[in-house]
Amino acid sequence: MNPPSAASILRRNLKVWLALLALLGLTLGLAYVRLGSYGNTVVALSIGAAKAGLVALLFMELRERESLPRLAAVAALLWLAILFTLALADFIARLPLQALHFG
Amino acid sequence: MSAILREPWPDLERERGAARFGMWVFLASEALFFGALILAYTANRVLHVQSFALAARETNIIYGTVNTAILLTSSLTMAVAAEAARANLRRLALGGLLLTLVLACAFLAVKGLEYAEDLREQLWPGAHFRLTDPPARIFFGFYWTMTAVHALHVSAGIGVIGWLAWRGWRRQSALCASPAPNAIALYWHLVDVIWIFLYPLLYLPGRA
Repeated sequence: MNPPSAASILRRNLKVWLALLALLGLTLGLAYVRLGSYGNTVVALSIGAAKAGLVALLFMELRERESLPRLAAVAALLWLAILFTLALADFIARLPLQALHFG
Repeated sequence: MSAILREPWPDLERERGAARFGMWVFLASEALFFGALILAYTANRVLHVQSFALAARETNIIYGTVNTAILLTSSLTMAVAAEAARANLRRLALGGLLLTLVLACAFLAVKGLEYAEDLREQLWPGAHFRLTDPPARIFFGFYWTMTAVHALHVSAGIGVIGWLAWRGWRRQSALCASPAPNAIALYWHLVDVIWIFLYPLLYLPGRA
């Protein structure tokens, strides 16, 4: 396989960058629209996750089907999921009910 | 080439794979480190929903958004630099590294302007903290801790990217055959990903 040319490297990465900036504009705009009690937080974090996904898959090359980096990335996500699920399950179960009505 | 290939790897391809994997394991530990901070933030935010929204409104959305755009762009220049190094395009790789350095310094400069304004507006949660709502102090405790620890990571990034650019400028093989550009680019992208999550947590709540 020939190494890619400068133009093809720039073209491919510029597309990812444009998508990232578009998502940034979207999340900034939607932050000023009232979307219900949980809506704004859910939208802001979902767009954040989409941006992180683009960076991880395309800039960090997780798309490249190489197993060891994927193993490390999935391990990080798994342990983060355990950390958040166990800690918040305990924490939220102890809250008085009225505290859970998000403004 | 022999300066690049080290013990115990039989060839450069294996060495590059090992550098990538080693960096990914380090990044996984970094993700858990910041994850613990974000978990503590989440627990406090669930307790003080209204107060966190009101306090977050006091952060400067313009500085925060400009810095997000700067970091996203620096990820672009870093990705181009790493790919160019692998494709033996030395000038493009060096240009990408220099632009990444400039953007990283711009990020810290904007951060400095923002911190100065925060201090003028008495948003340091000390004796003269301006907001009267007690949980606002907790929010700003997280704001200063998370952004400062992130800024430390940006500074470390400037150090390693500067080192790589310097070596690459001196010698072709230090850039184009070496596993370093790829590994350092991975670190830089993680610094970007962490900011991608800090931005909606610290700057966006309470705007609607």
